[in-house]
Parts: sequence; C-alpha cells; structure tokens
Amino acid sequence: MYFILVSIGILLLGGLFSFLCDHRQNLSRALGVGGAVAGALVAAVPAVIVLFGGIVDPIRWPWSMPMGSFWLALDGLSALFMLPIAVLPALAAIYGGAYLRGFRGKASLGASWFFFNLLVASMVLLVSARNGVLFLLAWEVMSLASFFLVTMENDRPDVRQAGWTYLVATHIGTAFLLAMFFLLGGPNNSMDFDKFAAGGQGGVIFLLAIIGFGTKAGFIPLHTWLPEAHPAAPSHVSAVMSGIMIKTGIYGLVRTLVFLGAPAEWWGWVLVGIGVLSGVLGVLLALAQHDLKRLLAYHSVENIGIIALGLGLGVVGLARGNTALAVLGFAGGLLHVVNHAMFKGLLFLGAGAVVHATGTRQIDQLGGLLKKMPWTAATFLVGSAAISALPPLNGFVSEFLIYLGSFHAVASPTGGAAVPALVAIGGLALIGGLAAACFTKAFGVVFLGEPRSGLAANAHEVPAAMRTSMIALTACCVALGVLSPLVVPLLGPAVSSATGLPLETARQHLADIGRPLTWITGGAVILLVVLGGLALLRKRLLAGREVGQAGTWDCGYAAPTARMQYTASSFAQPLTDMFRLFLRTHRKGRQVEGLFPRDAQLVTHTPDIFHDGFFRPTFRGAGWLMERLRWLQHGRLQLYVLYIVLTLLVLLVWKLEPSLTAGR
Amino acid sequence: MNELIDALMVLLVLMNLRLLGSSRLAACIRIVATEGIALGLLPLLLVWSQTSASSVEPGLSGRMIFLSVASVLTRGVLFPWLLLKAQRDAKVRREAEPFLSYPLSIIAGVLTLVLSFWLRSRLPPSFASGPPLLVPVALSTILVGLLVVVSRRLAISQVLGYIVMENGIYVLGLALVREIPALVEMGVLLDAFVAVFVMSIVTHHISRQFDHIDVDQMDSLKG
Repeated sequence: MYFILVSIGILLLGGLFSFLCDHRQNLSRALGVGGAVAGALVAAVPAVIVLFGGIVDPIRWPWSMPMGSFWLALDGLSALFMLPIAVLPALAAIYGGAYLRGFRGKASLGASWFFFNLLVASMVLLVSARNGVLFLLAWEVMSLASFFLVTMENDRPDVRQAGWTYLVATHIGTAFLLAMFFLLGGPNNSMDFDKFAAGGQGGVIFLLAIIGFGTKAGFIPLHTWLPEAHPAAPSHVSAVMSGIMIKTGIYGLVRTLVFLGAPAEWWGWVLVGIGVLSGVLGVLLALAQHDLKRLLAYHSVENIGIIALGLGLGVVGLARGNTALAVLGFAGGLLHVVNHAMFKGLLFLGAGAVVHATGTRQIDQLGGLLKKMPWTAATFLVGSAAISALPPLNGFVSEFLIYLGSFHAVASPTGGAAVPALVAIGGLALIGGLAAACFTKAFGVVFLGEPRSGLAANAHEVPAAMRTSMIALTACCVALGVLSPLVVPLLGPAVSSATGLPLETARQHLADIGRPLTWITGGAVILLVVLGGLALLRKRLLAGREVGQAGTWDCGYAAPTARMQYTASSFAQPLTDMFRLFLRTHRKGRQVEGLFPRDAQLVTHTPDIFHDGFFRPTFRGAGWLMERLRWLQHGRLQLYVLYIVLTLLVLLVWKLEPSLTAGR
Repeated sequence: MNELIDALMVLLVLMNLRLLGSSRLAACIRIVATEGIALGLLPLLLVWSQTSASSVEPGLSGRMIFLSVASVLTRGVLFPWLLLKAQRDAKVRREAEPFLSYPLSIIAGVLTLVLSFWLRSRLPPSFASGPPLLVPVALSTILVGLLVVVSRRLAISQVLGYIVMENGIYVLGLALVREIPALVEMGVLLDAFVAVFVMSIVTHHISRQFDHIDVDQMDSLKG
C-alpha cells in the first residue's frame, strides 16, 4: 500500500517543482510530465496485483481530523478504477508536454502541470480512501484542481463561463454528497467505510448518491457542465476529465451500493431509466453538434448512460437473486468504465491533435485531414469504431456483456427482470446505431473529402510525443477487444467487491462467457488476415501501373469546390429531423428555391434543452430571490460584525440554556 | 487579595461603561490605556493572591514580571501613543453621531453585564473556579468591545473596540488557564500590536485620501 503513498508523493512533488520552475520552460515541463508518468506508473503496481487476485496490505493511521482516519485500502473495485487512473493520465501527460507548447506565454504552464498532477494524485487517493472525510477531501481537491485546469486560458470569457458552470455544478453535487455521508455515518457515528450503515434510509441515501455522484458523472439532466467544460479545457485535460475523472462519480455510486447492502429493485429501475435517457439523448445531442470537442463531451454523457444501464441491470439482478444478471450487468458496466477511458481518451487526444494542427474545433471548417495527418486519422478511426461498439474493439466487449446479461434475464424462466432487460436491449441497440452514425459524421467530415477552409488545408501532422500517446491508447483499445477472453476474467475481484457475491460465483459466470468471446477473437484474427491479404492483393495488382490521384468527390465536375461537400449539419439532418421532438434545433436562413438559386444560407444551432429549459430558469429564479436578500449585504461593516456577534450570542445562549436543549 | 482583584474588576466595568458613554476620542483612548495598565497588573495580583493563600505555589517569577511589564508598555503606552497620533493626523476630535446614542450604549453595556452573569451561571463548574467576578467581567468586556465596533462610525473607535475585545479575551484567558504560556501571551500581544499599528496607518491613509475616517461612508466599495 506504500505504493499509493509513494505515487501521491511523486505526483505532488513533480507538480510543485514544475510550478516553482515555471520560468524555465523545459525543466518545468520535464518535471510535470515526469512526475505524472512516474507517479501514475507506481500507482498501477498495486492495482495490477489486486486484479490478478493478490492482496495489498491496507494503511490505517489515526488522523486529527474530526471523524477522520487516514485509511487507505485497495479492493477489486478500487483496483479496477485505479488502472485507468494510472494509464490514461500518464499518456495524456506525455501528449500534453507537446500540446501545451502552443500556449507558451499565454498561460502559466507550471501552474497547469501543478494542477494536472494534483488532479491525478487526488484521484489516486479518492479510489483508495476508506474514510468518508478523506474521501470528501480528495473529492474536493479533485474538483478544484480540474476547475483550475479547465480555466487555464482564463483570459477568454467563454472559458471563464465554462469554469463557473463547472464549479457551480460540482459544488451542488458535493452538497448532496455531504448529506449522504452524514446519513451513512450517522447510525454508528463514524466516517470509516466499514462502519457505514443505511439505518433504514437506503432509498434516500441512494437518491442522494444518484444526484451527488451523478452530477460528476454526467447523468442527464445533471450533465450540463460537460459540454461546457470539456471544450474549454486543453485537450489532454479533456481526455483525463472525460476519460476517468467523471468515472469517479460511477466509482462513488458503486461504492455507495456496497455500503447499502441488499438493494431494492426500484434502484435498478432508476439506474436503467437514467442509463437509457442519458445514452439516447446524449448521442442525439452529440449528433447535432458542430464543435468536435463538444460532440465528444456529449458522447461521454452517452457512455455514462451505457455504464448506468449495466449497473442498473446488475442491481435488478441482485435484488431478484439472479446472479448471472447481476454479475454480467456489473461486469459490463465496470468494463465499460475502463474501455471508455481508453477510447474517449484517445478521441479527445485526436480532437486535440486536430485543434493543434488547424486551430479550430468547428467540424465544418475541417476536411481532408486524412492525407495531412495519417497517424491522427488512423487512431481516430480506431477510436470511432471502438466507441460505436464495433467488434473486435473494446467498446463492443463491454456492451456485449450487458447484452448477454439482458438476454439471460429475458430467457430466464423465473422472469421478472425481463422488462428492464428488454428496455436495456432496445436502448443499447439505438445508442449503438446512433453512435455509429455520429462518428461516421465526425470522422467523415473532419478527415475525408477536401479541406473546407485554409485552416484545414495548411494542417500538418502532430509531433511524435502526441502521436505516441494516441498510438498507445489505440493499442489498448485493440488489445482490450482482441484479448477479451483473457481480460474479462480479471473483472472477478471487482465484480465480487461491487456486488458482495463470492469471488467464485463471479468468476464462474464470467468464465461462462469465455466461449463467445473467443469467437470474437477468432473472428478478429480472420478479419485482420483477410484485410492484410486484400491489401497485399491490391498492392500486387497495382504494381507496375500508374496510379492517378484526383480530388475526393469531384464527381466529374469541371470546377468542384469544397463547399459542395456534405457538411456536419447536412449529414446529420435526416436523424436530427427524426428526433426533433427532443432536439429542438434552431434553423435560420432561406431554403434553396428555383432552378438557379442564389444567396441561400442555413445556420443551425442545437441548444441543450436541459440547460436552457431547466437550469437557466432555475438559476435565474434563484438569482431573483437572492436579489431580494440584497438589503442584507449593504456594505456596512458594523452591521456585518453585528450579524456575527448576534449569531454567536444566540448559539451560546442556546447551547447553555438547558430548557432549550432539554428535548435533545 | 481577592478584594483587590474584585476592585480591579469593578474598575474595569466602570471604565467600559465610561467608554460607551464618551464621545471625545482622546478621552476614549485614555480610558482604554488605563484599562491596559490595570490588566497588566492582573496576573501579578492573581499569583500573589494564590501564594498568600496556599504558599505551595511558586511566587513571582521573572517571566511573570516581564510579561506584566510588556503588557503594560504595549497596552498602556504604545497603543495610546499610536492612536493619539492617528487621531491628531486625521483631525477628528469626537464621534459625532454613533449608530447607537450614548445613553442607549450605556444601557446596552449594562445589559451585556447581566447577560454575562447569566452565562457564568450556566457554564460548567470547571469554568467557575477562582475569583467570582473574573469570568463575567471578561465576557462583558468582550461584548462591550464588539458593541463599540458595531455602534461607532469612526475607524479609530473601531480600533478601540477591537483593543477592548482583546482585553476581554486576555482576562478570560487568565480566568480559565491562570498561567498563560509565555509564548501564547507574547503572540497575542504581538498580534494586537500589529493590528493596531496597521489600523492606525490605514486610518491615516484613509483620512488623507477621503478627508474623513467614517467607515459608514465606505460602503460604496462593496462588490
């Protein structure tokens, strides 16, 4: 367990010295990146030990904090989250070292590295903490560090706005978490995780956890900070935040389910409902976006939905005693956490590479980047296929587990869980299809065709450090998919500690699905062989012949222009029209009329209905109410002091007068 | 020697009330200075009363004398000097119209005394050892200090209120712990000194900048 402490120490020291050496750019960067990579790798060691069935000794020291104890331990669940927390930030840091060169002189890079390493350290602490106070402390440090990372370019008003949105959202979430921890710690008057008890208020605690952790994770309708904060942050930070930081919300939720013991069935229903809602609406909103990173942010909402779906099915399975459903649901949800960290990290790094090369995030300004940035394009393509859950990549495996669990529930003779399972199957199928459409749009418009603007025409491939990270994440995506028969059994300890089922049961059910997974691997090998063969055949056929190159999609026109291509809006239009009930896309501009049309233009904008329809009026109302209290804040220092004095006096009298506190 | 301590406490109460009822700044500063000198003597009296009562406790130590002298010098000489200087620089002689009129202030001061005695009766027994007047007078002095901070307009008056509050905390500390560790006491003194020093400088600059030191008129600075 000292690995964890050493890891946190390396991370903090690396960040601190990087900050102190801010004026020496190269040294500062080396310290920041080195600290993040070394710290993360050290943290990975105990996680790997636990996942392979080993045991890591916990650390338990007394701590002067009220109700706190410095208690760190690593069970299967923690280890499963620890692994992506170690891998993704290390790769993102290598990438960020090169990416941040463009920000020299515009922002304090040393401070950025300090907060980056602080963020990683807080996540390492968060998943290994076994005390409520320690957990909340790590949680707040994590939120604040990521806030400062999001607002790195704080001279831009849109970035500041995004930062505020995030800060408000995360603190609302924490408020619910505080209430939840007090309820959990109340019965035994202790904040240690092993003393937590539901005390008959399991339902309330569960709902508090859904809101508190769901705000961080991005459950619809609590997701509104994601599409603001992710585009505003530097890309390697977006990758870490979207890839793994929002998953700490999932970790907290699963951990709370462990505290609560035997779940009620409606909890599973709530999770399945949230999952389908977040998944479908998330991908629909993604489909309608024109900003590449905003699109990816909405896909995070979608994938969180898939994870919630898996967990929900697992909870239903637990409540009904259907262990196969419980194991497969939790295994699918938890594996999707790891998988999403890999492919979403990859996609954000790819989007960052595009931004780095062209300076714009607007999809409609891009195009034809495949020829200019072959490595970025290839890795982005693999990431797109993985997030669309296409076999043999990793995204498929986790969704496949959820499908298998659902079919198992539908087919099971005891029945009962069939309805949520059918909802899950339908939802997953819809989400998968829409995600494939969305990434066809994103990849097609950004990388294929001809450049739509000078920005895209002058693009260049990114430096080697950035390519290395993307290629490594691509390799992870492929490996997790192709080697799935070896990967899935490793989920045993995590599923066992998440569900409370014995390790043997979990391993048994996971072993049962080994056979279909081997088919996938076999199919993948065959696919690769066929592809390789076709490529060789093409090369042989073309050998010795002249190969002509022409503009993409010029369709025989004498003078084609890049504006004849599909745009992001026009590609998505059939689908956005089909779902306009939910999307409410604003259109502005005239339609094309007549045989020789002139001056037509079209502007579409898809607002976030929850942001504009719910949160904005709510906060405006709250602002109005607060304005009514403005007379309290009049600027007279004397009266401010009077408020404090009166409060203290009332508290003192209340505490000392026995008749007032007699009832307690 | 308890009579002497009680007399000192009564004197403290009277000076507090006089402070609440006085509008002339110079007079107020002198009252606070007198309070400071009286309080500097208090630890010596306390030790003396114990020694004469039991003769087991150690008598006057060099440390106690040093603390007393330091306390008298800062509270009785240094603070008044700084404040009188600030007052002369700012050219204000009296507090024109406080938020709470002087008679009402005195009544409020008496009420704090009542409240303090009531609080004393409710406190756990461990607080109630030693001379009986010490704890209530200390509480009342803290409250009077806060009352001055709350009810007066001029920045110098607020500094005075702050010092009176410090005096109350000092007495309360003596009543509860009897022998405050030297380091802590030095820290408190230094703290108070820096506070007064800074505030007198700030007062001076404010009066130069705005031609007045009326805190009430500074609310346009709020965000």
